[in-house]
Amino acid sequence: MVMEIVCPAGTPAALRAAVRAGAHTIYCGFADETNARNFPGLNFDRTEMREGVAFAHGHGSKVLVAINTYPRAGSEHIWHSAVSDAASAGADAVILADPGLLDYAARHHPQLRRHLSVQAAAANADVINFYAQSFGVKRVVLPRVLSVAEIVAINAQTEVETEVFVFGGLCVMAEGRCSLSSYATGRSPNMNGVCSPASHVEYHESNGTLDARLGGYAIHRVGKDEPAPYPTLCKGCFSAGEKSGHLFEDPVSLNAEQLIPQLQKAGVTALKIEGRQRSRSYVAQVVRNFRAAVDALDAGLPMPQGMLARLSEGQAVTTGAYKKTWR
Amino acid sequence: MELTVGPNQFFWKSDQWAALYNDLADAPVDRVVLGEVVCSKRLPFYQDRIPEAISTLLAAGKQVSLTSLALVTLKRERKLTEQLFEMGVGIEVNDLTALAYLPQDTAFSVGPLVNVYNESTLKWLAAHGATRICLPPELPLKSIQVLAAAAKDLDVAIEVWGYGRIPLAMSGRCYHARLHNRTKDNCQFACDQDPDGLEVHTLEDQPFLAMNGVQTLSDSYACATHQVKALTTAGVSALRLSPQSEDFTRLCHLFHQRMGGALDADTFAANARDLGTGMRLSDGFLSGARGADWSGS
Repeated sequence: MVMEIVCPAGTPAALRAAVRAGAHTIYCGFADETNARNFPGLNFDRTEMREGVAFAHGHGSKVLVAINTYPRAGSEHIWHSAVSDAASAGADAVILADPGLLDYAARHHPQLRRHLSVQAAAANADVINFYAQSFGVKRVVLPRVLSVAEIVAINAQTEVETEVFVFGGLCVMAEGRCSLSSYATGRSPNMNGVCSPASHVEYHESNGTLDARLGGYAIHRVGKDEPAPYPTLCKGCFSAGEKSGHLFEDPVSLNAEQLIPQLQKAGVTALKIEGRQRSRSYVAQVVRNFRAAVDALDAGLPMPQGMLARLSEGQAVTTGAYKKTWR
Repeated sequence: MELTVGPNQFFWKSDQWAALYNDLADAPVDRVVLGEVVCSKRLPFYQDRIPEAISTLLAAGKQVSLTSLALVTLKRERKLTEQLFEMGVGIEVNDLTALAYLPQDTAFSVGPLVNVYNESTLKWLAAHGATRICLPPELPLKSIQVLAAAAKDLDVAIEVWGYGRIPLAMSGRCYHARLHNRTKDNCQFACDQDPDGLEVHTLEDQPFLAMNGVQTLSDSYACATHQVKALTTAGVSALRLSPQSEDFTRLCHLFHQRMGGALDADTFAANARDLGTGMRLSDGFLSGARGADWSGS
């Protein structure tokens, strides 16, 4: 079986571009706090979602709707209607993290396929099987804390399909278990679908250096003519004890393209690309490259080499937790 | 409101670990949760002291629970989690993995590292046997009020993070090991020199976070002294106090006095701050614009 390429779409245009570039599957969300990429100007209204699903289905691609923030107490109806509207739009599955919402979806939309979001950070076969038993979850998106060997072990002990991140932004913390952002800014991935929000970023220039602050905390400093990376909290510059630097993670992104054959052997069903905030041309290019890789693998041909170098140009990349030494 | 002592988040020498629970036997707290929540590699260093700590606390009339690990990935960690249910005391689930091993008709507690953000999740946990839930520290007072009301109908006791460095994130990576240019597997227990975590400062040397192995905490000590009345009115059953290496039982006494009305909010805060040099307090998750904020002076 060809591994499934699961591709992000932040806009209807990106969805169409990804479908045309050969994505087997697109994931996207509604333009509100129900999804973990709740950025201004991104995501789909109800009509766009229906049209997007129809377009994808017309080209033989699937659409998954991410409703993967944790519903707010007293306002759960917003998340419930997102699930219902995904179902009526014809989505092929919903991607959920919250047990209460999974329970709601299983009861009210039993025919709608349920995937467990990475935001649930289900990191072993026992808990994955528990989610399957409790809510009929058919696929789990694995948290970025696992090595390839651990993914092999998980697949050996579960019937639930596994989907893993292979390209794009990298959380260094267990997903859905991190409130660094709300500590500094009041807005978090779990509650608001945002991390280190742009609304709380400030740049300050003095004495030839450019400081980037998040929520008032200075966490990046570069010479004023150097490119300034976005101040994501866990990739900031800090000091502790005698040391200073990127104590949690360097400003890197994930690129596991070279591990695709190993991931296939590990029994992984689908490869996920991060980046609903990315442009449609970026998305199309990443999809074309990953599609070429999995098609080559399926045909027994050698993997194309360094295919995504240009997209990661100027930026350091890592294979993250897939290699155990990262930990 | 009652007082619950949460599991020690840090890596202490086993004598210091055992001394805490000896002291807590005489402290004015109602409930103690103990065991390892952060890193399974620490457990062998004090595991043999746990049974005695449990019996000391039980003999002193405290309710006692054992915590599960917050992030379960390895085979040995899965086994450890399963074995918790054979220990003969209550279990506090801090990762839903533990529910996979839950024996039938077993009541359990839920810790602050499980994402209970809404009524449906609370209800689902209650249906599985949850009788007590410590809510995630990130939740604002408004959500706590809604959840405490829902919990009342389900006979579930609600706890709120009342004091201590706030657990903000868990990772597969050990930052203490990384700081010493080691990997997690070869960490050589770099975290054992920092009994309250290692302060992480910004580029302007502003204290911001605290590093604790695979866990990242706030630099500030959360402190719900200004919200005691609001939380009581909301129907919250207990405040959770998280152990620190110095003067923790004195802090428990202060909280006891604060709950009984013998100390007002500001006097309490001043007294708590006097216990730790340069300690910063926060209550922003409960009632501020962001977690790090503090509503006192």
